[in-house]
Amino acid sequence: MTQIIPAEGIFALLWVLIALPAVGAVILLFGGRRTNSWGPYLAVLTVVGSAVIGVLMLLALMDQPAEQRTVVQNVYDWVFVGSFQASFALQLDQLSMVFVLLITIVGALIHIYSLGYMAHDPDRRKFFGYLNLFVAAMLILVLANNYLLLYVGWEGVGLASYLLIGFWQRKPSAAAAAKKAFIINRVGDVGLSLAIMLIFITFGSITFQDVFGQASEASEGTLTAIGLLLLLAAAGKSAQFPLQAWLLDAMEGPTPVSALIHAATMVTAGVYLIVRSNAIYNAAIWAATAVVVVGLITIFMGAIIGSAKDDIKKSLAGSTMSQIGYMVFAAGLGPIGYIFAIFHLLTHGVYKAGLFLGAGSVMHGMNDTVNMRRYGALKGLMVITFITFMAGYLAIIGIPPFAGFWSKDEIIHAAFERNWIIGAATILAAGITGFYMTRMVAMTFFGKARWEDDAHPHESPPVMTIPLIILAIGSTFLGMALLFWGNIETWLEPVTGYESVPTPLPTAFYIAVTLVVVVIGAVIGWVMYARKEVPIEAPRGNVLTRAARQDLYGDAVNNVLVVQPTYRTAEALTTFDTKAVDGFVGGVTSFVGDLAVRLRRSQTGFVRSYALSMVGGVFIIVLALILVRLS
Amino acid sequence: MNPANYVLLSALLFSIGAIGVLVRRNAIIVFMSVELMLNAANLAFVSFARMNGNLDGQVVAFFVMVVAAAEVVVGLAIIVTIFRTRRSASIDEPNLLKY
Repeated sequence: MTQIIPAEGIFALLWVLIALPAVGAVILLFGGRRTNSWGPYLAVLTVVGSAVIGVLMLLALMDQPAEQRTVVQNVYDWVFVGSFQASFALQLDQLSMVFVLLITIVGALIHIYSLGYMAHDPDRRKFFGYLNLFVAAMLILVLANNYLLLYVGWEGVGLASYLLIGFWQRKPSAAAAAKKAFIINRVGDVGLSLAIMLIFITFGSITFQDVFGQASEASEGTLTAIGLLLLLAAAGKSAQFPLQAWLLDAMEGPTPVSALIHAATMVTAGVYLIVRSNAIYNAAIWAATAVVVVGLITIFMGAIIGSAKDDIKKSLAGSTMSQIGYMVFAAGLGPIGYIFAIFHLLTHGVYKAGLFLGAGSVMHGMNDTVNMRRYGALKGLMVITFITFMAGYLAIIGIPPFAGFWSKDEIIHAAFERNWIIGAATILAAGITGFYMTRMVAMTFFGKARWEDDAHPHESPPVMTIPLIILAIGSTFLGMALLFWGNIETWLEPVTGYESVPTPLPTAFYIAVTLVVVVIGAVIGWVMYARKEVPIEAPRGNVLTRAARQDLYGDAVNNVLVVQPTYRTAEALTTFDTKAVDGFVGGVTSFVGDLAVRLRRSQTGFVRSYALSMVGGVFIIVLALILVRLS
Repeated sequence: MNPANYVLLSALLFSIGAIGVLVRRNAIIVFMSVELMLNAANLAFVSFARMNGNLDGQVVAFFVMVVAAAEVVVGLAIIVTIFRTRRSASIDEPNLLKY
C-alpha cells in the first residue's frame, strides 16, 4: 500500500514548479512592450528553473522507498461546499514525476529552440507568454490530486493550444484551425465534466486517493459509464478516433508549438488520464475494450494519413496520431499495458519533438516551404538537422537500439499477451510506420533537389541545432536508459500495477517479426521515393491515397453528421424566429398602428364636432342607464 | 304648482343650450348656450331639492354657480385672446389642433 508523505524538503517547492512558468506568462502577457527585449529569455529561464526543480525532485524521490513515493501538498482550500470538497492540492508520484520531467525538459529545449525559430517574429513576446502558460497548465494537469484540478489544467492546455495554433491569426486558415481544435476539444471536455460529476455522485469525492480506493465497490455499469466518458475526453485531447480531425489542421501553428503541444505533451494528456484512472478501467472491462478499439483504429488512420500527405508537418501529425494510438491501445490492454503506454509516451515525446523541430529546421532553411515534393537532397546542406532527424527516424520506426524500439516492442508484446490478432495488427502498423517515415526522409534529405527557385537551403543557427542534438541523443539512448538503468517497470508499478502473461512464443520471435515487417515497409518506401524520381506535382494516386489526402474524410463525416444538421437546425430556428415570433409581435404593432391611423381621422379640429360626439356619448350613457334601470 | 313642470322646463332649456352649442359658430353665442345648460342644470337641482324636501340640491346649485363664474372668467379670456390674434370669434376657424 502506498503511503503519502508530507511535502517537506525539496517537495515543499512543488507549487513553485507551476508558479514559475505561470509568473513568466503573467509578466510576458501583461508586461506589455517593455518586456519585448528580455521577455523571451525570462520565459526560457522559468521553464529551465522548473526543469531543475523537477530533476532535484526525481533524485529525492528515488531516495525514498518504493511505497513512499507519493507526495501531496495542499496549496490552499479551493472549493468547499457541503460534502463537495476540492483542494488546490498537488500530488507528485512516480507517474506525475516522469510527466513533470518530460514537460519541463522537452519544454525547456523547445523554448530555447524557439529563441532561434521565432527570432524575427514581431509578436515573439506573446508567443513565449503563451508557451509559458501552456507549461504551467500542463503541470497543473499532471500534478493535480483530484479530477477537478486536473480539469483546470485540461482546459488551460486547451486554451494555450487554441492561442498557439491561431498564433498567426492573420492567416484565415490558422484562425479556422484554432477554432476547430478548440471546438472539437470541447466535445471531449463535455465527456470529462460529465465523468467528474458521475465520479462525485458515485464515490462522494473527486480526489484520486478516495476514488481509486473505492473503485472496486461501485457497480460495473457505473464504472463502464465513467470509463467511456473519460475515453471521450481522452479522444478529444489526444486526437483519437472519432475526434481526430483537429490535429492535422493544428499544424497551422508555429513548428515549436507542433513539437511541444501537438506531439510531445498536450496530446498525450488523454493517455495520462486513462493510465491515471487505471483503477476504473481495471474494473470496467468493456470500457477498456473500447479504449483498445479506439486506439487500434487511430493507429491505422494516423499511419495511412501520414503515408499520403506531402506536407511534412501534416505527415508528422498523422504519425503522432498513430503513435498516440499505440499508447491509448496499450493503456486499454490493462495492467499489462499501462507501463508501456507511459514508456512509449516518454520516448515518443522526445523523438517526435526532435522530428518536429528537425522539420522546423528544414522549413527554416527552405523559406517555410512545407511541401516535401519541393525538398530533396538536403542531407549535405543541413548536416546536423539530417543526423538528428535520422536519430528520430530510427527511433520512431523502432530499430534497435534507438528509443522507439524498446517501447514499441513492449507494446506489441503486450498486445500478443492479450490476443494474437491485435498483436498482428500492431506489427502491420509498425510496417506502415516504416514506410511513411522512410518516405519522409527520402523525400526530404535524399534524391534530387526539387527546390523552389528562390530557395537557398542552409543549416540553422546553434540555438536551434543544440536542442536538436540533445533530443537526438535522447531519441537514441532514452529507451535503453529508462528500461535498464531507470527500471521504468518497477518505478511505475506502484501507481499503475503490472502483470505479465506468458505468450506462446518466445519474445525474440516477436521482435524478429516486427523488425522484418518494419524493414520491408522501409524498403518499399525507399524504392518508391528515393530510387524513383519524385514528381513535383502530386500524382493522382489510388483510392486510399486520395482518401488519406482528405484526412480519410474526417472533415466530410463531421460535416455531414454534425455541422450540417447544426446549421440546418439553426436556420430552422432563425426562420421560426423571424417568421413566427417576430411576425406575431410585428403583427400586433402594425395592427395597433393601422387602427391609430384610421382613428386619428376623427380628430378633426372642429370644436363643434367634438361637442356633438360628447352629446352623442351622453345620450348613449343615459340610454344605457335607463335600460339597466328598467330591466 | 307641480314641481315636475320645473324639471320639464329645465330639460327644455338644456336642450336649447345643447343645440345652441352644436349649431352656432360664434364663440360668444356658444358660450352663452353653455351657460344656459348650466343654469338648466341648476333649475333641475333646485326642483329636485324641493321635491325631496331637503337642501342637497340647493347646495349643489351654489357650487355650480361658483364653478360657472370661474369658467366664464377663463373662457372669456380665451375667446378674447383668440379674437385678438385671428380677428374672428368663429369657433370653426381655430382648427389647427387636429390629426
